[in-house]
Amino acid sequence: MKIFIVPSIISHRLQTISVSAVFLSLQDCTFFTRKEILRLHGRYHELAPHLVPMDYTNDPDCKLPLALIVNMPELKENPFRNRIVESFSEDGMGNLSFNEFVDMFSVLSETASRELKAIYAFKIYDFNVDNYLCKEDLEKTLNRLTKEELTPEEVELVCQKSIEEADLDGDNKLSFADFENMITRAPDFLSTFHIRI
Amino acid sequence: MARNVNFDLNHPLVEAGLESPIDEEGVHDSFSQLIAEQSQNGGPSEAFELQQLQRDLDEEGRDDVGYLSSPGHEFRGSRQVRRDMEWEDDETQTDPLIGERWSSATMKVLSSMPSRTIGRSRGAIISQYYNRTMQLRRRRQSRPAIRDFSRSARPSIRGYGMEADSIDAEGTEVSKRERLVNNLQNLSVSDRVRMLRAMPLSVAEKSDLRMLALQKEKRTLSSSKLPCCSRLKYYIIIAARQSWYSWLSFLHSLQLWQVALKRVSGRFGTGVLSYFLFLKTLLFFNIFLFLVTGAFLVLPQAVHPPVLPAERNFSGLELLTGAGYFSDTVMYYGYYCNYTLHKSCRDDVGGQNVSVSNGTRLDCVSKHHSYNMPLAYFFTIGVAFFITCIILVYSMSKSFGQSFRIDNSHSILAIKVFCSWDFKVIKKTSVRLMSENIGTQLKELLAEVNHKNVKNTACQKLWRLLVHGLAWAICIASTAACVTAIYYFSDHMHQNLQQRSRSTIKDPLLFEASLLALPVMVSLINLLLPGLFNLAAWMEDYESPSVRTYVAIGRNLLLKVCVLGVLCYHWLGRVAADPASIKLKCWESFVGQELYRFLLMEFIFTLLDTLFGEFLWRLFSERVLKRRRKPVFDIARNVLELIYGQTLAWLGVLFTPLLPAVQIIKLLLLFYIKKSSVMMNCQAPRKPYRVSQMTTIFITLLCFPSFLGASVCVTYTMWSITPSSSCGPFRELKTMFQAGKRWVEELEKDNPNLSLLARAHAYLVENPLFLFLGAGIFLIVIYFHSQVVDGQRKIINLLQEQIENEGEDKKFLITRLQSIHEQKRTPARRLTSQDSGC
Repeated sequence: MKIFIVPSIISHRLQTISVSAVFLSLQDCTFFTRKEILRLHGRYHELAPHLVPMDYTNDPDCKLPLALIVNMPELKENPFRNRIVESFSEDGMGNLSFNEFVDMFSVLSETASRELKAIYAFKIYDFNVDNYLCKEDLEKTLNRLTKEELTPEEVELVCQKSIEEADLDGDNKLSFADFENMITRAPDFLSTFHIRI
Repeated sequence: MARNVNFDLNHPLVEAGLESPIDEEGVHDSFSQLIAEQSQNGGPSEAFELQQLQRDLDEEGRDDVGYLSSPGHEFRGSRQVRRDMEWEDDETQTDPLIGERWSSATMKVLSSMPSRTIGRSRGAIISQYYNRTMQLRRRRQSRPAIRDFSRSARPSIRGYGMEADSIDAEGTEVSKRERLVNNLQNLSVSDRVRMLRAMPLSVAEKSDLRMLALQKEKRTLSSSKLPCCSRLKYYIIIAARQSWYSWLSFLHSLQLWQVALKRVSGRFGTGVLSYFLFLKTLLFFNIFLFLVTGAFLVLPQAVHPPVLPAERNFSGLELLTGAGYFSDTVMYYGYYCNYTLHKSCRDDVGGQNVSVSNGTRLDCVSKHHSYNMPLAYFFTIGVAFFITCIILVYSMSKSFGQSFRIDNSHSILAIKVFCSWDFKVIKKTSVRLMSENIGTQLKELLAEVNHKNVKNTACQKLWRLLVHGLAWAICIASTAACVTAIYYFSDHMHQNLQQRSRSTIKDPLLFEASLLALPVMVSLINLLLPGLFNLAAWMEDYESPSVRTYVAIGRNLLLKVCVLGVLCYHWLGRVAADPASIKLKCWESFVGQELYRFLLMEFIFTLLDTLFGEFLWRLFSERVLKRRRKPVFDIARNVLELIYGQTLAWLGVLFTPLLPAVQIIKLLLLFYIKKSSVMMNCQAPRKPYRVSQMTTIFITLLCFPSFLGASVCVTYTMWSITPSSSCGPFRELKTMFQAGKRWVEELEKDNPNLSLLARAHAYLVENPLFLFLGAGIFLIVIYFHSQVVDGQRKIINLLQEQIENEGEDKKFLITRLQSIHEQKRTPARRLTSQDSGC
């Protein structure tokens, strides 16, 4: 049994942000290295310089609203931007603390596992947050994907067919198990569900 | 009134308990298998606990399942009635929304099924990960001590059920969490970090868990009063961990081209990105090769330069031909000496560099710090190839694992809907283009689904066959023509060289320039023939883009393999077999120069292609044709060109140890040129591109014809071609491979005790049987692997079938259950109304 202690106070001063236990724990809990976390912090700070403190020693409680985060160039053109931010926020309204912000890009990073990505992709596509991908969710997804290029009949048909294809237990909506099963057959999912930061 | 009705709704359930799976036991038994599957062989106890947890969570009101609530509470009689009543109201509201004919109780059972709970609610996640940490611990410790577990954590179904009944919901969740923390604490650091990272919880939650685990550890530490040395150990561990992290982030900062890759992917998506990533992979292969040859061959030789006969002056053309000034440098095989390098006897040896005899060498050997050049040359090349082979096979298997999928064509539409959006793309026009593409692809798919059974008539089929035959005939004929042309042209050049070697050279510059003719011709063929192939493919008009890509790759590959085959014959069969006929002092250097020329010409022609094919074509189509469309970046052809260049580099390492450096420079330049060309001239590809599949194919191609072909050539050269007698590290030897033998003999001479080694060497290395045996074992291992993968594929198919069957079973069971419930319900209602009447 290995045991180790983390020194309670490590006060390296690096790039004007004091690296605290917060960063250490972030390092352990996400797929990022310290440098990347610092860079992410920079990005987060950039979004609202007057709101976000540079010093994260005491883990200050500050949250940025959805409207600010959605404006990042990485998300700006993404049709699912609101859903992405909402699925990672604790309150479901899209207000992200720094932790959640890091969490978001961690899941969307290259190293995150397929399972983790699938869980959050499911959340993102689940517009009405009922834990199923039902027809309504599919319609919304399609309209965002194609910028409402398909006719309503086509949308209807695509929804119906895709649910038919992917639904294993025959309840006419996709549960997470159905979704995950489908994802395993799409080898490209790992590389496309990825945002470089 | 409502209350009464509600109460009685539960009543028959309890009555029906024995025969209906709604009963706890029943639920447990009939679904435990399914549950076990879902919680990944967690065993019935853990699966049950999962269910329990879900219930608890439902009570907490944290549950996301919404209208579907807990199944357990109804059995607990009247204390749950109020909740049930509320729930019933809820149910009536949402019922039409679901549009199901199933009763509330059925819905409850359904909702608690693990397929609908796992990975969503917090409690379920925690218990899932509790199970995983448990498994991990069991795997790490060969025998888990039962006392480590809290009583309730011991594997017992009954225990769980009782505990859940006695402790209230909040308590169970807390204890579950505690147990998870406990498990986490007992894991090793790396396992814990891996677990934490994989948990689909919010970061705040995760860091709480982490802090708890750490605090517990601290407590145990402080309570046990550590002795000084183990305290020191912990500090060392911490320091090591810190430095490991900083090393990791240092490595990360080394990642090449982050920004450039991000820009490319933001604009063109994953397909074009894969070309640049492939380029990066090749770059790393070459850097590795360069480091190895540089450290073990070039550097020692450069420190001890042999005396050269005459300095040649630099004319500039050498940069293209690689001959002349460069021929007597560390770049080529011929420069390396065949004696043992030593600091003190350098002058001694250097003075008589060509006619170095065994005597001088022995003098040097007797002193320390000796460096046996022939041996180093032999082993450096061998080891470099071996390691490259291992890395290639590893990355190939990894890539196979990633793109591994079962090829059944259903659920294409769903995959298209959910997995086709490339989240990397951030440029507005590309995003619009991608939406359009997805829209058209969906329409095409719909059309396909609707008219699946449109069959071609026999006449059409015949016509298609004819067209395909014609296209293949054109391609094969043109390939054959080109290869024959190269064969005769190289023959002609060879004879030309023979003639020149008899007469004196009048114009050395012209002579050197004439050496460029063959590379230019080959590169021209490599540039033009793919265009012809594209024309043929256009004529064929393939329906599926993937078939089109495969056919294009196949044809290009055929051409390149044939060309390289003829060239290898030319070098190893003509030049190496009879170097005296063209008065070559050192045929290895000559072949090395040829490879350098080919590599460089290939690069120059790629540049020309980029300039004319992409840049000027865009200008032309924009200005003259007035079209808005830009050319599309042909990923497959470009990657094949990279593979071709890499094959040349691998072929040439033996003759030109510095060829990897040339290749590195070439790749670096190529990256920037291609990147700017792509950004400037190209548009995102319109056709869908299966990235991971294509990457797998390219890695396989890099491994199989490219690397394997190169290593076969190199091995052949080492094993059976006589090296030149007056230059290079292997002069005076019959084959390069005898360097090892001579070394072993010397060892034996110095130390007779090592005769066993010599004998082993004679039997193992010199006997071709051993080589065949090794190759055979390698092939067998590959065969087994492919068989295992095949078996897994079959098993996955079977399991999938099983899941579908079980779905059917479930449906059947639920309808049965429903009908029974309906039957019981009607008499029960009557009873209730009587009750309330009293």
